[in-house]
Amino acid sequence: MSRGTPRASGYFRTDYAQDLALTQTRLERASLLAFAVMLAAFPFLATAFYLDLACQVFLAAIGALSLMLLTGYAGQISLGHAGLLAAGAFTAGILFREFNAPFWVTLPAAAAVGALLGIVFGLPSLRLRGLYLAVSTLALHFVVVYLGGEYESKRGYSTGIMIDAPTIGGYAITNGRVWYFVLLVAAVATLLICINLLRSRTGRAWRAIRAHETVAEALGINIAAYKLLAFVISSAMAAVAGALFAYYRHFVSVEAFSLFLSIQYVAMIIVGGMGSLLGALLGAVFVTLFPYLIEAALQQLPNAQSYAGVLFAVNYAAFGAVMILFLLFEPLGLVGIWHRVQHYFLLWPFKHRPVAGAGK
Amino acid sequence: MQLAVNIVVLSAIYALIACGYVLIYRVSRVLNLAHGELMMLGAYLLLATAASFAGNPVAAIAAAVVLSLAVGILVYVFLMRKMTGEMVLAAVLTTVALGTLLRGLMVLIWSAQQQYPGQALGFDNPAIALPGGGRISTFAAILVVTTALVYTGLFVFLRFGRWGVRMRAAGQNPLLAAQRGINLHAVYALAWGLSTLTGSMAGMLIALDSGLTSSMTVIGLKAFPAALVGGLDSLVGALVGALIIGAAEVLSIQYVDPLLSDVVPFLVLIAMLIVRPWGLFGTREELDRV
Repeated sequence: MSRGTPRASGYFRTDYAQDLALTQTRLERASLLAFAVMLAAFPFLATAFYLDLACQVFLAAIGALSLMLLTGYAGQISLGHAGLLAAGAFTAGILFREFNAPFWVTLPAAAAVGALLGIVFGLPSLRLRGLYLAVSTLALHFVVVYLGGEYESKRGYSTGIMIDAPTIGGYAITNGRVWYFVLLVAAVATLLICINLLRSRTGRAWRAIRAHETVAEALGINIAAYKLLAFVISSAMAAVAGALFAYYRHFVSVEAFSLFLSIQYVAMIIVGGMGSLLGALLGAVFVTLFPYLIEAALQQLPNAQSYAGVLFAVNYAAFGAVMILFLLFEPLGLVGIWHRVQHYFLLWPFKHRPVAGAGK
Repeated sequence: MQLAVNIVVLSAIYALIACGYVLIYRVSRVLNLAHGELMMLGAYLLLATAASFAGNPVAAIAAAVVLSLAVGILVYVFLMRKMTGEMVLAAVLTTVALGTLLRGLMVLIWSAQQQYPGQALGFDNPAIALPGGGRISTFAAILVVTTALVYTGLFVFLRFGRWGVRMRAAGQNPLLAAQRGINLHAVYALAWGLSTLTGSMAGMLIALDSGLTSSMTVIGLKAFPAALVGGLDSLVGALVGALIIGAAEVLSIQYVDPLLSDVVPFLVLIAMLIVRPWGLFGTREELDRV
């Protein structure tokens, strides 16, 4: 995150506490507070439909953040993210079905399975780079989904596994508003973990590996360990997101974790903007809401009923088109647009940054 | 005997599809993950030409083949050309996006129902009894022959053809090739055209043999391990890889579990990536370049 222009004039960091603080200026704190109030008030104003959308966005945000750590920061490409989500969801489902385990057992178990799978997904990265790594994660996705399908058919849950709502002290979480806050907390916790990881030694090591592996190694970074760590952390987060998804939907089935889901997650980090946590969040919002926007747009057309059958096809086509447009014309994603707008207002009435050295 | 026939037919399908992956990768180092969709598009093109050239199946097939060549060239000119010089990953993701787009469009235009271009063209598909007790459907036999012809043609073309030599040169060292006066864009466009052409031929023949459904893209994706096991830049490798993948799949369906059929190619792929990531016949230096 290079900030070429200062956010506020006359602001200098004078001690380490300011360096560590998550927010720097009063404006930042105020806007953050306003945003938090908005998020807290939202469930009391919104209908059940919008509440469900928000919950989906939070779930997608956890998955997108974890993929962003791996691809956007550590530079390891994964086309098998849906496989990890599936692994988490199935861990929760199987533990619930077979042992009637409560959620405070299944969630950590999902994280552990995810971490373990992360090592499996990550091992090829020690030998393979770029394309070949992407292919190996793609292959592992199919293996995980196959295992899930095998469990479903062998145990007779051919349509999917049902899961009861998680209970805390005898109270079952079924209310949409309660879910909203549970998932909001999970998403915010994930975001904080990511922010702090990236500010630490680990995050710097990942960025060094992404920038140049050989140089990173020469600087004394243990490449193999940090690559595996990136896979382990990212996979554990994704698996927890998968388990939460299973609880939220009360239902696990392999059909939900197709290759298209992996593509959607990759699309989130591309559309959002590579190498930015804000990008992961924006991408998650965009990709989650996109099908609903398309549906709403089709509703506006004359004789809307006749399009209902082809809705998913329109979604596919529009989604592919949007991805192509972003890859071709806005490789920096939504964050790139956001930064341009920011710069425009920060530099106004001027158009260009001051020449390096002149204004610093 | 029937088992051997099944293996040969499936391997021929995979080989015919896999050579498309190899052609594009060898020339431009791009992995085309939209190959399955392009192949399905070829099959649908046949359906479309069958409707407009009613009663003249040969013309319909010829038109579909020419159209698919044009589609491949257009994909390069309007899309992949913009991605040259970008990160390899960006190019691959563009093909993924293209695949998603095509899949949506194909359902929109032709609906998701199963179609039978063979009936539309007025062909029937009798089984042929082979010596030794095996049976093979006519179009499966044609597919095996086509695969053999396509591979022979490609070998000759790349070895002796003027444009074939240019393609190999561009794949080996684009900079030197360009300085020698080779039009790289034309070469890349040709590679995309040929790749789509061979893929579409596979799509058409599969559709003529067993009907046309949306599951065809899965076949296209399963052919990718064949290309990689053999080595992504080697045509011989694609042939051998297809045989390995085809045999592994048929044998595991027969003796282990039919559910395995979708995952066996990828298991073989993982095993290959662990042992010899550059494939059986691929060049080793490839790995450092990507």
